[in-house]
Amino acid sequence: MMHLPVLPVVLPAVVAAVMVLAVPHDLITRRVLSVAGMVALTGLALAALMLPEPALYRLGDWPAPFGIILQLDRLAALMLMLAAVLGLAVVLYAIGTGWDRLGVHFHPLMAFQMMGLNGAFLTGDAFNLFVFFEVMLIASYGLMTHGGGGPRIKAGVQYVVVNLAGSAVFLFALGTIYAATGTLNMADIGVKAAAIEHDGLVRIGAGMLMVVFAIKAALVPLHIWLPATYERAPGPVAALFAVMTKVGVYAILRSLTLMFPAGTETGTALAEILRVTGGATLIVAMVGLYGARDFGRVITWSVIGSVGTLMLAMTFGQAGATAAGLYYLVHSTLAGAALFLLADLILTRRGTLTLARGPRLAQGGLIAALTMAAAVAMAGMPPLSGFLGKLMILEALWGQWGLWWLVIGTAILAIMGFARAGSTLFWQAEESDAPALPHPAQPLAFSAVAGLIAAQVLWTLAAGPVLGWLEDAAAALHDPAPLIRAVLS
Amino acid sequence: MELLVAACVGMTTMAAVYLILQRRSFPVIVGMSLLSYSVNVFLFATGGLAIDAPPLLTGPVPDAPMTDPLPQALVLTAIVISFGMTAVVVVMSLGAFFQSRSDRIDLDPNAGPDSAPATGAAIGIDPAERGGT
Repeated sequence: MMHLPVLPVVLPAVVAAVMVLAVPHDLITRRVLSVAGMVALTGLALAALMLPEPALYRLGDWPAPFGIILQLDRLAALMLMLAAVLGLAVVLYAIGTGWDRLGVHFHPLMAFQMMGLNGAFLTGDAFNLFVFFEVMLIASYGLMTHGGGGPRIKAGVQYVVVNLAGSAVFLFALGTIYAATGTLNMADIGVKAAAIEHDGLVRIGAGMLMVVFAIKAALVPLHIWLPATYERAPGPVAALFAVMTKVGVYAILRSLTLMFPAGTETGTALAEILRVTGGATLIVAMVGLYGARDFGRVITWSVIGSVGTLMLAMTFGQAGATAAGLYYLVHSTLAGAALFLLADLILTRRGTLTLARGPRLAQGGLIAALTMAAAVAMAGMPPLSGFLGKLMILEALWGQWGLWWLVIGTAILAIMGFARAGSTLFWQAEESDAPALPHPAQPLAFSAVAGLIAAQVLWTLAAGPVLGWLEDAAAALHDPAPLIRAVLS
Repeated sequence: MELLVAACVGMTTMAAVYLILQRRSFPVIVGMSLLSYSVNVFLFATGGLAIDAPPLLTGPVPDAPMTDPLPQALVLTAIVISFGMTAVVVVMSLGAFFQSRSDRIDLDPNAGPDSAPATGAAIGIDPAERGGT
């Protein structure tokens, strides 16, 4: 399996091209290809997780730092797996609800989106990261406006403009870093930046880079684009976007461990700023969640809040805290995606997500139970993985009492917000006398949501061995010397 | 020359930021294009400014003047991407305009009806005419 690191990028690209060129009008074949592609990606991610050593792949066999290198370490493998599982659930849901009928190119766009995501997780070259971000974003522009409609396209324009401005800042940052260090290979940047004495330019470049990643991750105050976008995106697309904020978190973690590690002055300064930003994000998001009048808004704020929590854990520069953060990252992505899918199920049965007394829902009992499970997980209550994740993060923050109480206090706001939303949507509807409007059962869509919840149950049950594995991964991240040696040799 | 290039990048970026912060989609699109120009010039300059020097040396000329070829490759990539992106924004803003009859870029739900609604005539296209005749 010498070519394993490049396959998660090549496979979706080929699948998407085949779908566009060879089966332009056959939805059934496209569905089969799309599901098969996602299953194959999951298999590849599984193979990547089994690797004992980080695998490096030099594109065109050019030596680093001149060529582009793909580095498949444990963190990359974990993110590949997360993206593949999410992609599979989203495709199944879109097929089950017929969302993929509403536009021509849903499945090819999904495949291109997976290609961009996987490439961003794998690449070890900063400019190549920009290119894969663009691949991911171009596909997401199409997915965001899938199905059309005035409000959605308007929100889409705003989403595109914000991200284009972000891309411009990304290029400015890369140019500055290249001018200062003379390299774009991440491992090489780490070596060169640490060797520069008066590193004003590096610091400016690194700061701008963090601004870009903060836009993607939706950290306060750069989160403003997210609520409107996620609320108006099609349900399955919003669920897939749950991993897009985490791409920003991943890029921040990669930068703070490989390019600007905790020991350097630049890295320390960035980590401190990001920790404060994470705290502010957590407060704003949870207050927003508590005050939201719409279930879609509740979920978007909870996703932003999870990014804030992650920033608190991942900026400590300690393996234990980073491992806890990684555990919470996987959990919060799965929980957020499940909630977005459930919101879409509720929207099609209720007509609106506004939190006011409404009619009964068809299949209301099942939806209520699944929403309960997903909300319990997202808010961080026992017994699901959100509780364990927050527990691990609290353990890592032991001694930082301000942050400690911040995490606990905001969790209470989240619990109250979700409880109010659930009781309005499901209990108050029970008081209505009118029977629920009939709606097809959509078993495939429900199994996609149930699959996401089941993945969280698995994540909870396997928490012990998983945490040990994550601690090894985090230790490797915080001691990048072996990886840098391997890349530059 | 450094001063000239730096001033050029700075002024273009300034104008671009001003335009992007406008409410209507046309200035925003022009601002995005300006921003991509300034980024490209900036990237060009990151390898150091050299005039009349080749990016690739062939043969045994170790001391010949040369310019850094990598920023040129980066600029090429950035130009292609920003060109495609500008097309995407134009198409999406047109779609938004035809569907909602307003080219405001903000999404404030509390804002009342557009104080000065953008008519098709204002930007040279009338959607009603386009669909009706």
